[in-house]
Amino acid sequence: MEDQLKIELAILIAVLILARILYLVHKITTGFSREASSKRVTPCRTVICIGSGGHTTEMLTLMASLDFAKYSPRYYIMAKTDTTSYAKVRKFEETKNHSNYEIIEIPRSRVVGQSYITSIFTTLYSILYSVPLVCKIRPDLILCNGPGTCIPICLISFLLKAAFISDTRIVFIESFCRTETFSLSGKILMYFADNFLVQWPSLKQKLKRAEYIGQLM
Amino acid sequence: MGAKKVFVTVGTTKFDKLIEEVSKDEVLEVLHSLGYTFVQFQVGTGDSNERKHPKIHIKYDRYFENFAQEIESSDLIISHAGAGTCLEVLKQHKPLIVVINEDLMDNHQIELAQQLAKDGYLQCCTPRTLKDTLLERKFLQFKQYPNPDPRLFSRYLDKCMGFEIK
Repeated sequence: MEDQLKIELAILIAVLILARILYLVHKITTGFSREASSKRVTPCRTVICIGSGGHTTEMLTLMASLDFAKYSPRYYIMAKTDTTSYAKVRKFEETKNHSNYEIIEIPRSRVVGQSYITSIFTTLYSILYSVPLVCKIRPDLILCNGPGTCIPICLISFLLKAAFISDTRIVFIESFCRTETFSLSGKILMYFADNFLVQWPSLKQKLKRAEYIGQLM
Repeated sequence: MGAKKVFVTVGTTKFDKLIEEVSKDEVLEVLHSLGYTFVQFQVGTGDSNERKHPKIHIKYDRYFENFAQEIESSDLIISHAGAGTCLEVLKQHKPLIVVINEDLMDNHQIELAQQLAKDGYLQCCTPRTLKDTLLERKFLQFKQYPNPDPRLFSRYLDKCMGFEIK
């Protein structure tokens, strides 16, 4: 009988977790989590997902006018071997003259031209690599604008939120390039990002929950 | 004032059809008739069959360390559909012709170039229609791209995070 009780308990927990996840997704997709429910005075621990080339430039443009005293410390997460982005972030932080930041490099989930079969394993590896990272940082805010590296990080912190371990706000900004269609990251994060910004009114028309606040670039 | 300069740029990869098209005698002839006397190519990883022209000075380079400066010194930019390049040129209020690479599959950057063309900030064409686009001279009448409000995003994020807004 003991065993049956254990199974029933496991099922109950699974149902509760699922209900919690569905509740969060519902809250997010109906726009009820767009604004913080309470006033904040302490700085927020911020994770910034850095992609490649154009994505990096866009992200740094968006961040240029942020008050870094409020968004601190900042953790820039990027793929290993992306030396250009690394240099860009370094230079950006130098101009802001705040030192409370860290650049964290994670293994790439897929290299351009890599086969799909092997990329399953490398993706799994990069996901596993991200788990302790996100658990350790427990960010208050994740900023991301497209690159694939942001997906595992966002999903892990979403699960932590579902488990009441951390309270992370995910802000996704669809790339300036996207005027008519969503990126793959956008299609996934539609369901998980608390704030979903688009840069063109034409894209806002395609997704009711998206927000267009004006010209950002 | 010195030479009127055309800057042809393909970004970090290659777009040989664009380089070939601009290098054709008939296109160089059109550029000359429009008053341009210097063509600077940035060829990326593509081949460059360097060639000469009696009336136009031609230069080839793979990349430019200071891209913004290269655009600043140019009078017309003929470019691939890269978002970064488009924005840089628009911010400097220079005439821009974006040439779409039809050989690229799933090239979502075309979306952006076409949207910006629709809004009147630049001209869009393909390698085949480049000559006609130049002859039409519409690329000289473009709308000035407005400067964004840099505080827009930070105000929005402060509000989302629950920070007091001053």
